[in-house]
Amino acid sequence: MKRLAIPLILSTALVLSSFAKDATTNDEVAARNTALGVAGAFGNDGFKLRDGNWAGTIAPGKPQVLQVNLYAGNQYWFTLGATPAGKKLLVTVYDEAGAPIEAESYQDASVAAAGFAPQASGSYYVKVEIVDGASTAFCLIYSYK
Amino acid sequence: MIPILRRFAGGFALFVLCLSAAGATAPLTPADIADASITDEISIPMPGEFMAALNKLDKMEWKTKFRPPVSTNFSSRAQLALNLGGLIADGYVAIEAEDGPQVKNIGKDVLSIAKILGVSKDVLDRANSIANFADTAHWDQLKEELEATQNEVKTAMTEHKDQDLVTLVTVGGWLRAMEVVSGQVAAHYSAPGAKLLRQPGIAAFLIKKLDGMSEKVKAEPSVQEVRKKMTEIEKIIAFSLTTAPSADDIKRLNGLTAEVVKNISKKPAK
Repeated sequence: MKRLAIPLILSTALVLSSFAKDATTNDEVAARNTALGVAGAFGNDGFKLRDGNWAGTIAPGKPQVLQVNLYAGNQYWFTLGATPAGKKLLVTVYDEAGAPIEAESYQDASVAAAGFAPQASGSYYVKVEIVDGASTAFCLIYSYK
Repeated sequence: MIPILRRFAGGFALFVLCLSAAGATAPLTPADIADASITDEISIPMPGEFMAALNKLDKMEWKTKFRPPVSTNFSSRAQLALNLGGLIADGYVAIEAEDGPQVKNIGKDVLSIAKILGVSKDVLDRANSIANFADTAHWDQLKEELEATQNEVKTAMTEHKDQDLVTLVTVGGWLRAMEVVSGQVAAHYSAPGAKLLRQPGIAAFLIKKLDGMSEKVKAEPSVQEVRKKMTEIEKIIAFSLTTAPSADDIKRLNGLTAEVVKNISKKPAK
């Protein structure tokens, strides 16, 4: 048990130290923390969390879009966290032509996620938006397996 | 995946899970696509993602993908950065092979290059963690640690106003991963394997970044070698969604990537 606990504590400390560096504002740190709370559960199912993140500010009616490059055969979860001001969020995935892709989705207060397994390798787009609430800092992270 | 989400149900007051209805969602407009953000940090996949996808297609003998140790002492900072990226990709190969000593050797080489580049202070703790995780065979943690190491090196480079080096670390890692994966697909050709190599967005992004570097860095022989080959590589990996490249195309891709990786690890003739 002790042998398992030490690496776990070490890796948790490393995750926390890296997230403090990545996020540039206190609100983005809070948003990432919210996202990590959900993404951590994917780790229990073998998903590996990317160390990087995409952070910024979103306003109601002004979604933001990120291009990502994914591999066929892998499964992905994109998790969006925000401050409590962003009450309800949405993550939508699109293919390289901009057509929406059917994905599993998860929503809770100030956090949302979308999961899918791409059929083809290449570029995809991830849209993040506020469904209900005010402008907020956000942070998008992703996990794969 | 649904059972994963059910685990949340007990812990959250609000819980919504569904399959999003793709048909009811409006497509992105060309302007949305043109304005989409793309970042080195998250838009470009790590070599581990590429290798995870390959693992699902073939039973891999990862130890056969090791390469002889490369020099860690170049006078060109650009060449150092390219090789640093390549070494990080080698680290993923060693982790997939579950070879602790190899992981530790690569960790030492990464630290050596980081020292010469003046960013070792930022990754010293990471290098120690890599050694500890390699000793205790915590392979999943090692993958996260390796990515965190790369990101800390890039953060330090950015703080030192060395943005061009950040690009070169990414390019070096991507080329080495492409060499490894294309080598496997070339040796055991299948259409699904060949389609895995489709990465037009990454090639276009990296070429744009290479072209945007300072004239001084672009004049480095190792960078010129990379830039020249990237155009040829892009032509092969930017194939259509429906048609897999041929076995000959994949062999050519592997030849190109192997050649460029070998050349950037060579010391320039005096």
